[in-house]
Amino acid sequence: MSRTPRQIGEEVWKTRVEKVNAELVTLTYGSVVAQLCKDFGNDYIQVNEQLDKMGYNIGIRLIEDFLARANTSRCRTFKDTAEIISKVGFKIFLNITPTIGNWSQDNKQFTLVFDENPLADFVELPDDGKAVNELWYSNILCGVLRGALEMV
Amino acid sequence: MSFYLAIIGTKDNAVYELEFGTYRQGGDGRPRFSADMKQLCPFIVHSSLDILEEMQWNTSVMHLKVIDKFYNYLISSYITAGNIKFLLLHETRADDVIRQFFMDLYDLYVKTLMSPFYSVDQPITSAVFDQRVKMLAKKYL
Repeated sequence: MSRTPRQIGEEVWKTRVEKVNAELVTLTYGSVVAQLCKDFGNDYIQVNEQLDKMGYNIGIRLIEDFLARANTSRCRTFKDTAEIISKVGFKIFLNITPTIGNWSQDNKQFTLVFDENPLADFVELPDDGKAVNELWYSNILCGVLRGALEMV
Repeated sequence: MSFYLAIIGTKDNAVYELEFGTYRQGGDGRPRFSADMKQLCPFIVHSSLDILEEMQWNTSVMHLKVIDKFYNYLISSYITAGNIKFLLLHETRADDVIRQFFMDLYDLYVKTLMSPFYSVDQPITSAVFDQRVKMLAKKYL
């Protein structure tokens, strides 16, 4: 019986998900970020904001897709939510399972640590001194999470 | 035994260059070109570009081996699928070893190309790339 989030994630990934070439996703996302940087003249703060907005728009629609595929019951605690996001959500859409950690005292905050990030394969940030500190390359993921969780 | 490596882009622009010496037989990796040679290296390498471009239409292989000679220096070259030219100035013949070096260098070059912030013909300034080329040189040459 698929009870644990990990098993649900694996099962849905194997059966109900259409696969697409990973390099296509990586290169497409890379071009999006590079074009945004060119368009905003390397104003990385603006680029981060745009990525977040794009992610938000994706997230509000993605949550429906997720609930249709995963068919999980309502999360009772925030810890359940964290597990579902990490082991089912990311597994279905990116085939990765980030590790959950650093729970705050009031259990209202946690961190997700990504061992591998398929969006950033082979990426080298530009050498202009500010990109490394200011550009949040995978910020679209933050937007997606924000959009998706807002809808539930 | 010293080497001079140049990567030339599609518009005959310089993309990357490196001077190094051999690590074999106790060499320490530092190039030992005389002062005159140091200035002449880029000239010699670029003058062989004409020969390279003539030859590239006659063969279908990527590794063009030795294409030119300058006194006692040989120039080997490798042309990639995207018309990027790798040229190596060296003193002794070592076709197989140089071919493997060029193939690994091609691998490194493709990985650099994959980064969305790098466009074709842009000079390669990454320190990581530099370091990796030096490691390859140590491994093969």
